[in-house]
Amino acid sequence: MDIQIASILAVDGIATGAIYVLIALGTVLIFSVTRVMFVPFGDLAAYSALTLAMLQTGQLPGTVMLVSVLAGIALLMELTSHLRAGKAAKIPKAILYYGILPVLPPLIAWLSQGTVLPFWAQMLLALALVLPIAPLLDRIAFRPLADASVLVLLIVAVAVHFAISGLALLFFGPEGYRTEPISRAIFDVGGVIVSAQTLLVVLAAAAFSGLLYLYFERTISGKALKATSSNRLGARLVGIRPQVTGTIAYLLGGLLGGVSGLLIGPVATLYYDSGFLIGLKAFVGAVVGGLASYPLTALGAIAVGLLESFASFWSSQIKETIVFSALIPILIWRSLAAPQHEEEEEDIA
Amino acid sequence: MIQLPQYLLDVCRLSVSYGKVEAVRDVSLHVDRGQIVTIIGPNGAGKTTLLSALMGTLPSHGEVFYDGAALAGTEIEDRVERGLCLVPEKRELFADMPVADNLLLGAYTRRHDAAHVRRSFELVYDRFPRLKERRGQLAGTLSGGERQMLALGRALMGEPRLLMLDEPSLGLAPLIVREIFQIISSLRELGVSILLVEQNARAALETADYGYVLETGEISLEGKASDLIHDARVTATYLGGHD
Ligand SMILES: Nc1ncnc2c1ncn2[C@@H]1O[C@H](COP(=O)(O)OP(=O)(O)OP(=O)(O)O)[C@@H](O)[C@H]1O
Ligand SMILES: [Mg+2]
Repeated sequence: MDIQIASILAVDGIATGAIYVLIALGTVLIFSVTRVMFVPFGDLAAYSALTLAMLQTGQLPGTVMLVSVLAGIALLMELTSHLRAGKAAKIPKAILYYGILPVLPPLIAWLSQGTVLPFWAQMLLALALVLPIAPLLDRIAFRPLADASVLVLLIVAVAVHFAISGLALLFFGPEGYRTEPISRAIFDVGGVIVSAQTLLVVLAAAAFSGLLYLYFERTISGKALKATSSNRLGARLVGIRPQVTGTIAYLLGGLLGGVSGLLIGPVATLYYDSGFLIGLKAFVGAVVGGLASYPLTALGAIAVGLLESFASFWSSQIKETIVFSALIPILIWRSLAAPQHEEEEEDIA
Repeated sequence: MIQLPQYLLDVCRLSVSYGKVEAVRDVSLHVDRGQIVTIIGPNGAGKTTLLSALMGTLPSHGEVFYDGAALAGTEIEDRVERGLCLVPEKRELFADMPVADNLLLGAYTRRHDAAHVRRSFELVYDRFPRLKERRGQLAGTLSGGERQMLALGRALMGEPRLLMLDEPSLGLAPLIVREIFQIISSLRELGVSILLVEQNARAALETADYGYVLETGEISLEGKASDLIHDARVTATYLGGHD
């Protein structure tokens, strides 16, 4: 391998890693705030890419149906729980948050059927369609189990993943899609060919990570999320509602997942079940950060992208094996580096 | 149910169980506006359990009225919004966040009122200059005494109306204990009512207006703090015999 090939592989690896960064950050965000290992995360990325592909070919994506049905179920659950507790005053808010807001994007998609939307509007619509999925799944599947152990929540998350990717087969069919690239421009950076799409992926990942950082450091809402993950009871004692911070975490996570889907759509052919593998690789990155540290998670995700890129050069057949085998040394390193974490983790469980 | 003198907190026959074990049995007590009321009792008497039930972190039977309205069925967060605040025995600070952020989040229910938040910061830093010095330090790295101050400071940030303190002097050096109790009695001037659970019975009774003795989950004695401090049984059991 000469320096030329190495630099091509590195560029490719960083671009792939940037995608994993977004998904890994979302995974850590949702896990630390809600204790849910959100397995269907990669599926969200696949959903947004496939939804965009459908919109670009002028079809009504199945996401419209999915979001509407999920919103209906969530609204019913919300209404019955309020009525049972005799809190009629909370009903208008419930209708707004579960009955109206989440079904706006499906409604727009449905109404705009037949008209050719501009490129950027299609992307926004695809993103808006994917955005409500995670918070609605939270309301339906996870919130009723708020006090369950991490393991039970994980089992439910796996079940939700199978349901969601099974529905994706129904909605999008078994064939793969590739969406239109945002830009076809190509640059020559010191002999290395870099496409504008690659650059965009890296910039978007950097921008969203930066925004997330600012949100946590500069806003009280972000700090409330941090507080929920730091000490759930402490947060409740100052009046922070874990349901609310959880919903925000799922919304942000959904945004990160959706954006990463839009970014990979043009560079990789995605199938209904592609999301799982993407999510799993991002998870390897998240493990580097111990499912807690955002900067380490981002570094880990980039490392996974690079490893995958070089691994596919050495042997494209076993590149996945190489990536996942990396988990073993990472886990050994983590358990050696942070033995004092054990106590805290028992608290969480 | 009509109550002529409307207490800020009125607890009627409250019981709390852990499974089949009843840790608090038929406890009735009340806190007047602007009063400091203390609950003393031996280890394992059920003091922490009682406060947890009042805050809503444990389920309970019986009636609790706060400011004239029943608390049954309300969430912890609703109680916080209505000015009920607990400094728990374990403090429950945000260990991996700086002191200043811990305090800021103490004012979470008033977060939209920037002037309030600024005022509260001034008040807390004024009372606990140590916290101001250490405002950038992670809460988890504070000393035991500093942690107690932070817990109390975080509670004050929300401008509570009824502050429930679970052993605020736990593990503190005598000098700081005195300081903490001075701060507690000065809170009365701010219009904060206090329900104080303490091992340090003498300091508690000297600070409080009224006191209850909780033993094996039941109230065994109650009265004006100034009377209790001279009561033969209290003196023998909780004040070390001399007096
Ligand atoms: N989670 C629990 N499960 C079962 N029993 C408990 C639990 N928490 C407390 N208890 C028991 O309930 C009783 C009252 O405990 P509590 O913590 O309220 O006592 P306390 O008066 O606060 O004591 P201390 O002064 O030592 O803090 C004790 O016998 C304790 O062992
Ligand atoms: Mg106790």
